Amino acid sequence: MAKSAAVTLRSDAKQPEDRIVHPFWVRVTHWINVVAMMIMIGSGWRIYNAAPIFNFEFPRSITVGGWLAGALMWHFAAMWLLVINGLIYVTLSIITGRFQKKLFPIWPSEVMKDIKAALTLRLSHDDLSVYNAAQRVLYLGVIFAGVVVVFSGVSIWKPSQLQELTALFGGYDFARVVHFFAMSAIVGFLIVHVLLAILIPRSLRAMIRGF
Amino acid sequence: MSRNNKKLISGIDTKLFIKDATKLLPDPARRAFLRGGASLGTVAFLAGCDITDGTTAENALSVMSRFNDRVQAIIFGLNRLAPTYPESAITKPFPFNADYNEDQAPIVDGASYRLKVGGLVAEKKPWALSELYGLPQESQVTRHICVEGWSAIGKWSGARLSDFLQRIGADTTAKYIKFICAEGYSTSIDMPTALHPQTQMTFKFADQTLPRSYGYPMKVRIPTKLGFKNPKHVTEMYVTNDYPGGYWEDQGYNWFSGL
Repeated sequence: MAKSAAVTLRSDAKQPEDRIVHPFWVRVTHWINVVAMMIMIGSGWRIYNAAPIFNFEFPRSITVGGWLAGALMWHFAAMWLLVINGLIYVTLSIITGRFQKKLFPIWPSEVMKDIKAALTLRLSHDDLSVYNAAQRVLYLGVIFAGVVVVFSGVSIWKPSQLQELTALFGGYDFARVVHFFAMSAIVGFLIVHVLLAILIPRSLRAMIRGF
Repeated sequence: MSRNNKKLISGIDTKLFIKDATKLLPDPARRAFLRGGASLGTVAFLAGCDITDGTTAENALSVMSRFNDRVQAIIFGLNRLAPTYPESAITKPFPFNADYNEDQAPIVDGASYRLKVGGLVAEKKPWALSELYGLPQESQVTRHICVEGWSAIGKWSGARLSDFLQRIGADTTAKYIKFICAEGYSTSIDMPTALHPQTQMTFKFADQTLPRSYGYPMKVRIPTKLGFKNPKHVTEMYVTNDYPGGYWEDQGYNWFSGL
């Protein structure tokens, strides 16, 4: 009771629906995406290990699938979850105007200022409903990396039937490299994203209960 | 995979799904989970799929793999050719790949070799190598893509499988063709892929008689499928409507595995 009273005070006695930072569909698609991404990244690492592109392998213990066939089954099952959930998220974000409201405009000068503030731990997260410029760039960037990871992945899966797409990614072998770096960008984002969610627990709470 | 004692659950329990991920398939005995599994096309996708306790994730994953077979069959274009390359793009040396060492590759005597044909075909007479060499031959420079991820470009020459199927009066409305190899390996493909213009009964690699390590005396080259669907040392093929599986497919690798 005390908790909710405090929240009510801080938000100047707004109605609950006004205090919602993340609507229900954002929270649901977010957490489905967490499951899909964990499966895709973990199984992808196991698939990578079968024929490493670079001079390293991912530790077996952090991969998903046990062996190559298992990892492939996870990867090609979870891809449907990732893509269908992603399409729902992007479609709803566009028709509700959430993208436009939350992610734009992005001014380079503000991005630089906010990144500097973030690195010195002076970036304010007081109002969870408004993304600062650093957040806007990161969220837009990870959505872009998500699009690239899906299309490059599909181009590796179907280099014959969808050969124009594979050619767009520089051919089969280079498409694997693109797929790898898009994954790396997403993992890089995740590290920052999860760290900040731990540092600012209110943001994690908002992604669970909405405010 | 018992059909008894099955609990009917709609949808998938996410928690169980993730928990099972960690224990999925490290034990070789569990790899066989697809053996004796439901045949292609008989498993309902998600709605109404029944999930057995203990193997929840494995069953859900094989249902998804069968679903992906169907999606790939729809995507597959009978006249959609796999990319071809100039001879200058050929990978040298071309990698040897099998689950045995190169010096353990089967030795097949070309003189006594006979390709057995069976199943839904009109003429079941076995074929000698000289007769197979007499079929109209053509070459392709295509990319071989392994399920592991690596790829290599090679030149293969031989007869169109579709021509051969016509000659032996195969029922081309049947669903599958199974290939059996000298060393006990096997795989199977869908009829549309068998009739694809680039699907080839291969007798030559890099303009030389197919070497032992690349599948002497006959390989089936399918540039629209992953490498493990391109069998070497093929001694028998048959046409069937009963899902025939294959060596790797029975262990969990996706059956269609189209490119």
